[in-house]
Parts: sequence; C-alpha cells; structure tokens
Amino acid sequence: MVARPQTGTPTAGSSTVSPHLTALEGAPQTLVSVEGVSFWYGKRQALNQLDLAIPHRRVTALIGPSGCGKSTLLRMLNRMYDLVPGSRTAGRILFGGEDILATRQLLELRQKIGMVFQKPSPFPMSIRDNVAFAPRLLGWGKKRINDAVERSLRDAALWDEVKDRLSASGTSLSGGQQQRLAIARAIAVGPEVILMDEPCSALDPMATLKIEDLMRRLVETYTIVIVTHNMQQAARVADHTAFMLMDPEHGYGELVEFGNTTDIFQKPKDPRTEAYITGRFG
Amino acid sequence: MSRNRRRLFFSAAARGGIWLMAAIALLPLALVLLHTVTNGLPAALSVNFYTHVERPVGIPGAGVSHALTGTLVMVGIASLLAIPVGVVGGIHLVEYGGGQLPRGIRLAADVLVGTPSIAVGLFVYAIAVAPFHHFSALSGAVALAVLMLPIVLRTTESAIALVPNGIREAGLALGLARWRVALQLILPAAAPGVLTGCLLAVARAAGETAPLLFTAFGNKFYTLDPTRAMSALPLIVFHDALTPYEDLVRQAWGAALLLVALTLFTNVLSRLALRRQIALAGGQ
Repeated sequence: MVARPQTGTPTAGSSTVSPHLTALEGAPQTLVSVEGVSFWYGKRQALNQLDLAIPHRRVTALIGPSGCGKSTLLRMLNRMYDLVPGSRTAGRILFGGEDILATRQLLELRQKIGMVFQKPSPFPMSIRDNVAFAPRLLGWGKKRINDAVERSLRDAALWDEVKDRLSASGTSLSGGQQQRLAIARAIAVGPEVILMDEPCSALDPMATLKIEDLMRRLVETYTIVIVTHNMQQAARVADHTAFMLMDPEHGYGELVEFGNTTDIFQKPKDPRTEAYITGRFG
Repeated sequence: MSRNRRRLFFSAAARGGIWLMAAIALLPLALVLLHTVTNGLPAALSVNFYTHVERPVGIPGAGVSHALTGTLVMVGIASLLAIPVGVVGGIHLVEYGGGQLPRGIRLAADVLVGTPSIAVGLFVYAIAVAPFHHFSALSGAVALAVLMLPIVLRTTESAIALVPNGIREAGLALGLARWRVALQLILPAAAPGVLTGCLLAVARAAGETAPLLFTAFGNKFYTLDPTRAMSALPLIVFHDALTPYEDLVRQAWGAALLLVALTLFTNVLSRLALRRQIALAGGQ
C-alpha cells in the first residue's frame, strides 16, 4: 500500500544526520522539522535528542507508554511548555523557516499551530462566541467572523447539530460535541497545524469514531499531530507514526522509530516497537 | 447478634450526639435572631423609621434614614476601593503566584483578616482623620475598605483556582496573552465565586462598628457628603443602646434588626452565587 520509508538509509547530506529527519517516501514535503530537540523540567530531562520530520497535510501520531514524553514533544510545537517554570530546551524546531523554540511571536505561532486537548474545556460562553473568540481577538470584521464560525463548525462536523442554537452555552453540549467545538474553535483562525493531545480519551466509542472520521477529512486542509494512548486509533487515523520510549537508564524520552503507520504496525524495525505494539509492555 | 446490636446502639448514640451538638451550635443564632426580631420589630414596622432622622428623646417619629444611607454610602465607597484591587490581586496570586511577592501578599492578607477592626480604625484615624482635623465618611469608607480587601483577595483567589486548567490552556493555545486569558476567560468563569467573596466582604463591612467610631464618627443629621461625619446603622446601635431612654433603645433594636436583615440578604445572595459557581466548575 504505502511504500516502505527510507528511514534506515543514510541521507544525501552526511551520515550523521538522523534518519528521522528525511522526509518519508511517499510523503509530501516536511512542514515541521524537529531537530536534535531535548527538554528539561527543571533538573529532570524529559526528552533527549529528538529528530522528526512532520509531513505536510498528513496525520502524524506520537505513541508510546506513559512518561515517554510524547505530550511534552507535542506541547513544544506550540510552546505550551512556556507555562512550566524552570523548563529548558535544546535543539530547534523549524516551521516556515523560523525556529519555534526561539520565536517571540507566540501569538502568531499559536494562530498557525492550534491545539485540541484531552478535555474539551469549552469557554463559559455561547457556542458562537467560543468559535468567534480567536477571530475577535484578531479584530476581524463581523461578516468575516460569522463566516468563520459557520465554516469552522461545518469543518468540525458540528454545524448541523448546533446551527439552530448557536447562542446556547458551549457547556450544554455532550462530550463528543464539546470536543468537536474545541476543534472548531482551534481552526477558526485557519491554522496550518492542529495538535491533538489525546483528543478522544474522554469520549465514548461512537464519539471517538466521529472525531476520527473528522480527522481524516481535516487532514485534506490541515497538518495534524496527535498524541494517543490508543494504538488502534493511531493505526486507524495516522499516516505516519512515531514511537517513543523512556530510556530506562536516564529517565528521558527518546524517539525509537518513525515511519509510515502500516510499516510501524506491520513490520517494525526496532524490537522495542514490536514489543510495544504487540502489547508486551507499556 | 449482640455485637450487631451494640453496633446499632453506638451508631444511634453517635447520631444523637451529632444532632445535639448541631442544635447547640445553632442555638445562639436562633436566640439572637429571635431577640432582634421581637425587640426590633416595633421600631422597624414604622414608616418614619426609614424616612426620618433622629429626634430628641420624647418626640415621636424618629428614624434612622441618615444611618441607612450612611451605611450604603460608606460601604459603597469602600467597595469601590477594595473590590477592584482585591479582585485583580486575587487573579495575580493564582496566575503568577509562584514567587516571593505573592507569598508576602498572601501572608499580609491573612494577617489583615485577623487584625482587630478597632486597630484598623485607629490606623485610618491616624492617616485620614487626624491630618484633616475632622471626621469624615470617606475615612470611614477607607477603614471599611481595609477590612474588605483581604476577604475579597482571598475568596477571589480560591474562586479563580477552581477554574479548570483546561480553559487556561485552551485560551493560551488560541494565542491569547496571559493577562487576556486571566481577564477574558478565567475571571468570567470564576465570576460567581468572585461575587460571593465581594458580597461576604460587603456584609462584613456593613456590620462593622469599631472602625467607624473614630473615622465616620456618626451624625445626627442627614448627609450624603462623604467629606463630613456620617452615621451608620452599627453606630446607631452602639450609641442608642447605651442610653437610658426607652425609645432610643427601641431605635437601636430596630437598627440592629435592619442590619441583620441586610446582612442576611447579602449572605443569601452570595450563597446563590456560590451555588452557581460550583455548578459551573462541576459542569466542565
């Protein structure tokens, strides 16, 4: 189905370049390039020397057992870790020619890289205001905001369910609807990337299915990076999968293997990946 | 079998003990209310009580309207002074609460809550009365504001801390600056809880006597001028209850009843607001 990635072979440049930085075969160009990234919470190192080329308009899943740093990596992509006092980074994450880790334009960055969390956390306001929140912040005109609200809710597959009650409170929706509202809220300002941090772990199977369908449609327009505990979910929705693991000796997370999802699940190259996906640990 | 019976007996005894303690705890409240209502009602039932000011002993038709408006004016000014500072300070404590300064603020607020209100009155006398050589409602309001501030600050802090962290993260992920998240998302989500704190502070300030004794001082005449001495309901209670004249004592009881009613009303409001806050926080 999908061609085997070239992750094992040295790249054209030098042999010291990490194989994970090469665009996967069959994948479009790299949109976000994670290069030699490490992360520290205070004195504790959480990530060590990660390389990852996140392809444009594809779903990339980060999987691995708890504590392997996959959420940390996701939160580095839009600088949410800035909230953590005493955090420190090394390496760089290139996006649109700029280093995400060094930029001072957090507002612009987060408008280009939106995020959806495990808990939907609708704002305590109406459905319309939830989606219109970020556009208003940017000072968009009324017409443009209304268009953005409808487009985002349609894109998030929520429009038909809420179009008659846009003034109802966002908290009145069901869990699955709230999560789709969170997606609509995140895409209202037209980001390029949507980060999803276990977006379905609080949802029932039906709602999960809807979100997964939605992700497959969203990826025609957006680049999606998802952290999930659910390996079946990664297998279902992700084009590419990165498997991370905590180094037992140092306690920090490392990237073990990155490749096309079918390869990761059917013919993993690293024995640790195989052990994890066959359920022998984690 | 007998073991089970013993268990049931102890259970019943414990429950009886709890009921008894609860009843004892409620008794003073019930007695105060009963006493205030029965003694205060004769004065409080007259219309003059709300429209007239004090009159010399023996002349009928005396009222406490000057004290009622005095309480409203002074508590109002005190609220304007204390609530904005307290609310913004409370937000600051949660959102930027790590360092030395917030810890100091918390300690100061806790000490201030425990400070005897008469000491606060004396302090305000020294800074806002003595330099101007006359009592004023404004200085009374400042004294009340000092008492309200820590209450508003600490209750705002706990209400803000109740707001689910997800809202904070979702706001930041949309690109909002931290202060915007705090003011536009966190504060509205915590609004009922913040309101509860403000109302509790208002109720506390409305009932304070000691800080007004040498700041607002009291006034037998009607005035809305905050630069002049002004009466307040607790001051009426304090002064009139100590007199040997029956009708003044009745006035004092009436004022006490009015004060209790106002405080009760504010407290009920704050309860309703708090219930809404809990529903909001639990609804996430």
